[in-house]
Amino acid sequence: MAVFAVHHVRMAGISSCVPSRKEYNRDYDWISEDERRMLIKTTGIDGRHVADKGVATSDLCLDAAELLLKKLGWKKDEIDLLVFVSQSRDYILPSTAIILQDRLGLPKTCAAFDIGLGCSGYVYGLSAISSMIATGGFRKALLMAGDISTLSLNYKDKSTYPLFGDAGTVTALEYDPSAPAMYFNLQSDGSGYQAIILPDGGVRQRPDENTYVESEVDKGIIRSRGNLWLNGLDVFNFSVREAPPNISALIQYCQADTGSFDYFVFHQANLLMNETIRKKLKIPAEKVPYSLGQFGNTSSASIPLTINTLKPEQVSGKKRWLLSGFGVGLSWGTASVETENLVCTEIIYK
Amino acid sequence: MSIDEFIQKIENEIEELPKGVLKPDTSYRQLPEWSSMHALIIIALCETDYNVTLTGEDLRSCNTVNDLYSVVKSRI
Repeated sequence: MAVFAVHHVRMAGISSCVPSRKEYNRDYDWISEDERRMLIKTTGIDGRHVADKGVATSDLCLDAAELLLKKLGWKKDEIDLLVFVSQSRDYILPSTAIILQDRLGLPKTCAAFDIGLGCSGYVYGLSAISSMIATGGFRKALLMAGDISTLSLNYKDKSTYPLFGDAGTVTALEYDPSAPAMYFNLQSDGSGYQAIILPDGGVRQRPDENTYVESEVDKGIIRSRGNLWLNGLDVFNFSVREAPPNISALIQYCQADTGSFDYFVFHQANLLMNETIRKKLKIPAEKVPYSLGQFGNTSSASIPLTINTLKPEQVSGKKRWLLSGFGVGLSWGTASVETENLVCTEIIYK
Repeated sequence: MSIDEFIQKIENEIEELPKGVLKPDTSYRQLPEWSSMHALIIIALCETDYNVTLTGEDLRSCNTVNDLYSVVKSRI
């Protein structure tokens, strides 16, 4: 079992950046008005911020990082580690984190690498970066998480287009011997890899003349192998089946109960899905914040972005967070994190 | 749980469905109001109210409300 504790790491701050252009699902004319109403009610997604062509996830993360470092008063030459969690990297190679080390003006003594995960990516990324910091070999670190998911969507696919938004986030972490422990429970099930997939463009299937040939696979679903595919029913089913026991197991491992946490921040995929998880775990609604309505599903950015939507008084003082991500992979994981006066910046609209 | 209670719960969750339309022998997927979102609503309902996990395959293999009711009842 991948259940473990990480000591001596403090989460210091979070910042987020989204493209300023917004699309609203009430204007999504590929489907009827009745379907739009039903979609907005069930998914909870009213609008989404969509990047213009040419804008990369790293651009959003870069702006978020500059603001956060300024707000924290951290010097760039103190940053020893940069991890970039994304499925929309600048290039197939090299890793985007390395390019960001230079663009952000971090020293060459900084370690930098990418992690290729989506919905569960923030929790996985947090576990990886924190475990490295816990060794005592890194003073300060930046975890960047986000995606430009809209790039690969087909407007004529109602099962994907109205769900995703773009965002980039940065979480600042540092070595601190007095910090309370973080706890993690990580899981994966590769048998479900086709539930959310972008079929062409990797090594398994290189892009060819058929990559962008569209076909109708169901009513209202026209897509190509160069588009993101999503089996909504299977993902819904997976999430409500697997997330609650993973969360419960972590709560038990850290000898806490649901009352021990101030907030439960879930990956923002679908309101009905998250509410089903919340009800199964008997968590009061006021402890479960949402950013879905304004931003849609922002992949690995969804958890930190949701934290960034909270008011300053909601994050000040001592807070205990349960963070849970689940989806593409299939991959899922939960973290327990305690913060004290977490610095959250205003969301940047780029 | 009786089938009447089951139908009532579905009707409460799916506002678009006029009351009294769903009968045990109704082929729910043939209803003009039916959409893929309703499948999610039914899965969510069974998870929260009955602690029963319905798969996409379950929903595809069931034709009538009674078929669905039988699957849920067998897993309670």
